[in-house]
Amino acid sequence: MRYGETGFNLEIDLSRGSVEREATDSKLTELYLGGLGTNAKLLWDRVPPEIEPFSPDNLLIFAAGLLAGTPAPGANRTIISTISPQTLLMAYSMMGGFFASELKYAGYDKIIFRGKSPKLVYIWINNDKVEIRDAAHLKGKGAVETAELIKKELKDPNVQVAAIGLAGENRVYTASIEQGRSSSSRLGVGAVMGDKGIKAVVVRGTKDINLARPAEFYGLSKDILQYIKVRGDNPVPGVMTILQGLGSPQEMLHVDEKWHTENFSWGNARTRRKDFWNKEIEDRWKTVQEQARTRLVSCYNCPMKCGAIISLPGMSTYMMKCFSKLTYTMAAFVDDLDFGFRIAQRATEYGVDGFSTPQIMAFAFELREAGILTENDFAGCPTDNEGKFYWLLDRIVRREGIGDVLANGVYWAARQIGKGAEAFDHNTIKKHEQLPLKLGMLNPVYFLMYATGEKINITQIEGQFPQAPFPTMEERENFVKDWIQVPDDKFKQYLLGWEPRGDHSNPYYPTVDMSVDIVDWQEKMHYIDDALGVCAGLSSFPLKPPYHIHNYPQFISSGVGIDMDEGKLTQVYNRNRNLIRAVNVRRGLRRADEKPPEDHWRKRFPELEEQLLDAYYKFKGWDNQGIPTKKSLQGMDLGYVAEDLEQRGIIKNG
Amino acid sequence: MAKVKKLIKTIKIDVDKCNGCRACELICSAFHATPKYSSNNPARSRIRLVREPIRDVYLPVYAGEYAKAECAGRDKYVIDGKEYTECDFCRASCPSRDFFKEPDSGLPLKCDMCEDDPPQEKPLCVQWCLNDALTYEVREEEVEEEEKPGDAETGLEAMVDKYGLQKVIDTVARLKQK
Repeated sequence: MRYGETGFNLEIDLSRGSVEREATDSKLTELYLGGLGTNAKLLWDRVPPEIEPFSPDNLLIFAAGLLAGTPAPGANRTIISTISPQTLLMAYSMMGGFFASELKYAGYDKIIFRGKSPKLVYIWINNDKVEIRDAAHLKGKGAVETAELIKKELKDPNVQVAAIGLAGENRVYTASIEQGRSSSSRLGVGAVMGDKGIKAVVVRGTKDINLARPAEFYGLSKDILQYIKVRGDNPVPGVMTILQGLGSPQEMLHVDEKWHTENFSWGNARTRRKDFWNKEIEDRWKTVQEQARTRLVSCYNCPMKCGAIISLPGMSTYMMKCFSKLTYTMAAFVDDLDFGFRIAQRATEYGVDGFSTPQIMAFAFELREAGILTENDFAGCPTDNEGKFYWLLDRIVRREGIGDVLANGVYWAARQIGKGAEAFDHNTIKKHEQLPLKLGMLNPVYFLMYATGEKINITQIEGQFPQAPFPTMEERENFVKDWIQVPDDKFKQYLLGWEPRGDHSNPYYPTVDMSVDIVDWQEKMHYIDDALGVCAGLSSFPLKPPYHIHNYPQFISSGVGIDMDEGKLTQVYNRNRNLIRAVNVRRGLRRADEKPPEDHWRKRFPELEEQLLDAYYKFKGWDNQGIPTKKSLQGMDLGYVAEDLEQRGIIKNG
Repeated sequence: MAKVKKLIKTIKIDVDKCNGCRACELICSAFHATPKYSSNNPARSRIRLVREPIRDVYLPVYAGEYAKAECAGRDKYVIDGKEYTECDFCRASCPSRDFFKEPDSGLPLKCDMCEDDPPQEKPLCVQWCLNDALTYEVREEEVEEEEKPGDAETGLEAMVDKYGLQKVIDTVARLKQK
């Protein structure tokens, strides 16, 4: 018997209309755990670099994390992996919600899609019964609308639905996969789903997930729950509200948005609105949010409430989480949050990424102002800020007129438009739109995370090391006192020595070596979370989280029955980190691609930045191009990767 | 009849506080597995969350008595503008639906307040609900002393249910003659 996981994947070939249930090798679980780790292994083995994102041979993998469906609180993530149409690299976009556990209860760890369906279909997985069903009647429907229609059609409100909207059907590069309060939004996974002709994946399961040493696993899970309660009652002092607690940023709960609205760079990641937050705005936003928000809701088996049900008069209900509340409003230079909730409803039904899409629209209006795009491109566009955004969103998801080019994201649109538009593409990394944040002094830790992160999204790399130094030694000492999550006590010293000004401040402190250590720790926790399917909001993302490197091995040992300790878990992390790097290196990723936006910090230090990259690569066992060496790959049981890279001439002379 | 004191165990359900996470279902199924916590499967749970986010319906319901037959009619309730069916509130394991039944055997499930071995201070669903949608209360009440049927009577009742009273009487009569 397999523990924690089911030991079976579903293989669905959409071209042939075939469905197979395949037993998996438990050895792979020992080497890569599950979720992201085994997804990367599948993409390495089965999707060579010649395969284009929209080729039938590209895979689209829905994976439940290794601990999903168990009592481990917050283990509910689905990890969706494919080759991104936007970055042409490996995409792994994740979602919480209720899909992963349901998939496990239906008896599967992953669904692996290949091929393309000649017509639009949806997949209905009901335990052992799997059907590919016609979805002609769902064509053009919204993502939330589709889920509701399918629930009615199947006469079962308990099915879990992951669906695309119009954007995914039209292969918009920022298309998301929507699932209730959650979505897999980044890197265009919805476009690949649409390209394969899948409108929705629907799952219902009523089988067991077994545990190897149940009483021990239960005890560990109970400890997590108790810690969450204690941590909730004791917010971290000395940091801004949004960073004090657990979970993903509590945007649905908090109404005070002074910090985000005034400190981020809005529009096309360019404009600070320094005096935006006044009494009038504060009152209005509070009223709007409290009226729109029907209830705060969570994902499966998690006591947090990071999402909300949003209901406004005159539009259908949807769910929201995190940051999309702000992105449309602020990118459009609208002052009323009511607009944010309303346009996000349309965007959710269309199924687009609320991070990238508003920036693409702001980018387009900048190009019009600069005369690079013409009035012809905007024929019929309203003149008010709200109307403009609705109009352009409609064009993008339908790929109509100028929307067709913009649907490829800022990077590709800039190059297709030409005439100097490239200069307006100033906030992408590896062709992917970034958080609209522009700062003063280079932070060496953040430099490395922005430059080298395979997920290409800072919130999926950053984590539990504070973003800024505490002003006084007393505050620092207080912070490190109960900092049990550190893998090593040296991290406490790093923090104690970090000053806001002087020799021990950014950019030269944390030092190059310290910065590499800190990044390695933060990455490590994200990679483990993404293999286990534990929400970053209870682990790698917030300060002082319940899950950490010291208790994770016990969860894996007692849950899955793999003999695990901190050393072995670190090896698994290194293996997964290098495998994903290898997938991307094989697709052409090199040092030249590893750079944050030029204007991310006003003060840059080219020499230091090169030293940081050199040290990071060396620490990882990579050459100066960021390519893993043969020797380091062999040391991680990735000899087959080294061999392939050598045959392709990517690794030279070992 | 004499009055006796009885402990009434109550789980208070505040639907406004429910965040919809279904931890109650998960942990119920784990606690009632053999060995304890060895398997996890909300379909085996003795609590079910009626959960329809888009309509803002969040309603935890506990498994109660087994019902042999389904209801003749089904009423609907509208509460605060939200429509519920009578079925939503019903605790019975009944022939008309799949809820509160072991998925393999179809045998009925019933909430036992986690009183089995070892007895818990509070039911597990309450322990796992950090949002206090489920809270636990015990109060003492005076009730009429109930005459408890003996084992034989309970057994015969089951036979009567299954074969009808006349068949049981005939059988007992026949047995008496042997």
